[in-house]
Amino acid sequence: MAGSQPAALGVGPTNRVRLFWRSTVGKKIVMSVTGLIMVGFVLLHMIGNLQIFEGAARINAYSHFLHHTINELLWLVRVVLLVSVVLHIVAAIQLTRIDRAARPVAYRRREPQAATVASRSMRWGGLALALFIVFHVLHLTTGTIQPVPFAPGDVYANVMGGFRIWWVTLIYVLAMIALGLHIFHGAWSSIRTLGVNRPKAEPLRRPVAALVAVILWAGFSVVPVAVFFGWVR
Amino acid sequence: MKFILHVWRQAGPKAQGAFSVYEATGISGDMSFLEMMDVVNESLIEHGEQPVAFDHDCREGICGACGMMINGIAHGPMRATATCQLFMRHFEDGDTIYVEPWRARAFPVIKDLVVDRSAFDRVIAAGGYITAATGGARDANNILVAKTDADDAMDAAACIGCGACVAACPNGSASLFAGAKVTHLGVLPQGQAERRQRVLRMIAQMDEEGFGGCTWHGECHEACPKAISLDVISRMNADYLRALWAMRDEKQEQGAG
Amino acid sequence: MSTALDARIPGGPIAEKWNRHKFEMKLVNPANKRKHTVLVVGSGLAGASAAASLAELGYQVKCFCFQDSPRRAHSIAAQGGINAAKNYQNDGDSIYRLFYDTVKGGDFRSREANVFRLAETSLNIIDQCVAQGVPFAREYGGLLANRSFGGAQVSRTFYARGQTGQQLLLGAYQALERQVGLGRLRMYPRTEMLDLVVIDGRARGIVVRDLVTGAVASHAADVVVLATGGYGNVFYLSTNAKGSNCTAIWRAYKRGAGFANPCYTQIHPTCIPQSGDHQSKLTLMSESLRNDGRVWVPKKKGDARPPNQIPEAERDYYLERKYPSFGNLSPRDIASRAAKEVCDEGRGVGPGGRGVYLDFADAIKRLGVETIRERYGNLFEMYERITAENPYTVPMRIYPAVHYTMGGLWVDYNLMSTVPGLHVAGEANFSDHGANRLGASALMQGLADGYFVIPYTVGDYIGSAKLERADESHPAFRDAERGVAERTARLLAIDGTRTVDSFHRELGKVMWDYCGMARNEKGLTYALGRIPEIRAEFWTNVDVPGSADELNQALEKAGRVADFLELGELICRDALERRESCGAHFREEYQTPDGEALRDDEHFAHVAVWQYRGEDRTPERLQEPLEFENVHLSQRSYK
Repeated sequence: MAGSQPAALGVGPTNRVRLFWRSTVGKKIVMSVTGLIMVGFVLLHMIGNLQIFEGAARINAYSHFLHHTINELLWLVRVVLLVSVVLHIVAAIQLTRIDRAARPVAYRRREPQAATVASRSMRWGGLALALFIVFHVLHLTTGTIQPVPFAPGDVYANVMGGFRIWWVTLIYVLAMIALGLHIFHGAWSSIRTLGVNRPKAEPLRRPVAALVAVILWAGFSVVPVAVFFGWVR
Repeated sequence: MKFILHVWRQAGPKAQGAFSVYEATGISGDMSFLEMMDVVNESLIEHGEQPVAFDHDCREGICGACGMMINGIAHGPMRATATCQLFMRHFEDGDTIYVEPWRARAFPVIKDLVVDRSAFDRVIAAGGYITAATGGARDANNILVAKTDADDAMDAAACIGCGACVAACPNGSASLFAGAKVTHLGVLPQGQAERRQRVLRMIAQMDEEGFGGCTWHGECHEACPKAISLDVISRMNADYLRALWAMRDEKQEQGAG
Repeated sequence: MSTALDARIPGGPIAEKWNRHKFEMKLVNPANKRKHTVLVVGSGLAGASAAASLAELGYQVKCFCFQDSPRRAHSIAAQGGINAAKNYQNDGDSIYRLFYDTVKGGDFRSREANVFRLAETSLNIIDQCVAQGVPFAREYGGLLANRSFGGAQVSRTFYARGQTGQQLLLGAYQALERQVGLGRLRMYPRTEMLDLVVIDGRARGIVVRDLVTGAVASHAADVVVLATGGYGNVFYLSTNAKGSNCTAIWRAYKRGAGFANPCYTQIHPTCIPQSGDHQSKLTLMSESLRNDGRVWVPKKKGDARPPNQIPEAERDYYLERKYPSFGNLSPRDIASRAAKEVCDEGRGVGPGGRGVYLDFADAIKRLGVETIRERYGNLFEMYERITAENPYTVPMRIYPAVHYTMGGLWVDYNLMSTVPGLHVAGEANFSDHGANRLGASALMQGLADGYFVIPYTVGDYIGSAKLERADESHPAFRDAERGVAERTARLLAIDGTRTVDSFHRELGKVMWDYCGMARNEKGLTYALGRIPEIRAEFWTNVDVPGSADELNQALEKAGRVADFLELGELICRDALERRESCGAHFREEYQTPDGEALRDDEHFAHVAVWQYRGEDRTPERLQEPLEFENVHLSQRSYK
């Protein structure tokens, strides 16, 4: 490597995509865009969830609307999400390997100066979220995991039944902490990765990302917690 | 004052390294960290041992030659300070201090605390310049630069190329270094013609050298002796997207008559 | 034998010399350029700009630096700015005025034709640097900003915050790296030149040591350009970088290149004083501080009271007292000498008594702390970082320090030394600054040499000399390599009891005490006796650990200090022989009744050029007479 000439850059639209995907910046941009898509989705998902406080009829009607009235759109969203998740995870794995390879010998002592719990837990937190998503889909979408008998179409019953069980609620509550942290760092860094932020004096401040993270964490956590303690009738 | 130093010793690029423990005695608070190392080295020589090799030159915080991981912090505990400008009065008498070289695949250790940072030179050679043939430049005042742009360019251009950003980054990323140069040249009117090529080439070279990617921990900014802003990385990424979007095949030059 | 050296100054009126010369110089056919190899040693402003420009022209260029990257050369540390006669401020500046100021500032010991060319090319430098993207300070309208600087009554200094040297060097470095990327230039970092190879009277290559592996190698070429900077580190403590050394020019001297005016060493008055024996280098503080600070010491000897407890009546504002009209703004050499004088009297302040106060209390009272913070905030911060004292409440302590060397290898108008094919650029040559350099002129000279003089004159040399092919197989290279290896082996074999640094410190102290700000015959004679003794002890009692075939910083240092131990003697010899005072060279015997430098134009209006004649022989002192046809000889006065 030492003394070598800088790498020639094969230019041309033909290999633009390859060039993009090959670079660490390109992969980061993929993670940002897919991440932001997922943030948008979970915001809508959360708003949908909160309808449970308006009673069984309301939430089940909403479910019916999604599954029947706009079924094609739902599948489109599912495809987009699936692609996003896959790209997000593949890019994350590849970047993690590149990043790990970039420091083959670790420091004996290391004192982080700016890194946050959120920024340092992105990889493990992301893995936890991926596992949680599988669990969640198997639990409340397909009904494969049945802590209580699954009633297709009756969201209200499934939710009320599932979240009365302590370990189900616990999994959801912990996962939502992971989600909040992931978004606290991820939403903010996505905007920066895309370079659409305005330059500012204190680059580490992130009020919007913090707000979004708190809203999502609270909005999602309130449902299982409220069900568990019997605040939802 | 007196300190217990745990210093990384490594005889050569391929040698096995290990920590050695030295006692630094008779240190005054007015000594810089490197002057403290000088004292240690003098006594090592007097005891027939090899002195600790470390890079240093100007000792006023501008050449970027020096750099050590001091107690797990690149350039030590003072913010916006290069190792040569870190004074011993900021340590407590009797402190134990770990001294390690920059660690990164792209910065292989040559000896003790000396690492090979030529990867940075190659990133610059790949595109970190404005082509301006010597002679024939137009009058300097024919190029107007808004004061704010000149200030932004200068903020980024202040980079001393010490490598602390890479050393501090958990991913061993050179994004702050590359971003600083992309920003310096990219905000100036003179730098527009090569703006797209520059960012594409520099990022390709940066990856080629084995640096990691940016995950926005912000450690680089904290470690930077010139406190270069993370914004330079955002600018680099934005330029990268734009450059990629606008990318075209280069036309072959036709031979003249 | 007193040969006069021919500087080969072109004829014609001063303003036309360079243009006429450029036309008369030989050109090299573009297709032939790539058949010629040029070696550039050093990658500072002069070296990097020369290497980049030559590579761009099509020559095969190899560039060498001892640092790990060309970007670290010590040009990077220059703070203030770079002069250019642009007259953007419409304040009456012109090429002629810059020329005039520089000749006068150099106390009439520089070559008029060179200085004029320097002033002329200063315009192109700014254009070139702006085109490269150097972020010079700007006005709100987008035009370039200027500031004024010592020794000039016009605003002609361009600057990039306090980091002008850094930004100019990065511009040249980027141009150089571009050529590396294009494959036209090969860079050899961490490589030190240890000998010059002369074949048939012409410089044909160099021998270098790879500082990582210790391998000694030869490089043959048609032209060698030395741009290796100054030798201020002969004083041990200076504002130079720790690695700055005289080795390349010293080896060239021993191969026949004349050394001009070695005794012209500039001492800068506003540096942070030494805090103890451990001190490894000195830090310069911008001279602009003297615009608002008042310099004083206690009237009483050994007054140990804190400064704010010394009443006004017991303070001696000695610059204001001695030089009522210039006061605290007296020129560098005068302010430096005055500080030494009061410290010699035992009235110095701070540890070791080598310091004077630079007090901002009056300025803060008059202008308010905010104004002072605006003007000097960054300097005050730097001072506090180093000394842990707050200059807003406690007066700063300052003391002069070695800063720049006007002397260097002698060069003719084409920047070629007395060895044909060996060109010298930047601070390494004896330069255009005469006996004293003005502020913001070093950057100008480095870039003028590198961008705008060397590329032409190297071509002229190649075009007019009928060069036989020479390659590394020539026996001269083998001999030089053997010499280098033997010297290295000798250093390692001594295995004495003292460290290299201890010798360097000892030499530095002799140089500073007897050949520093003020010199006299007795002191210089003493130093001329003492230095060979130190040198002799060095070669029998130095302890250089490690081996030759590895990264060995103690060995590097030993080689450099060995050369300083020889150069130091030459500096003292030159200072002794120059029986006059001029610019930075102040001989106590030659002063006006009120203590000013007294030139002797009748006997010393010449460049002293020292020619090496062998290990045990005193070098020969040659002369290049200086003629002043445009600027008339006059006495400087700052009363």
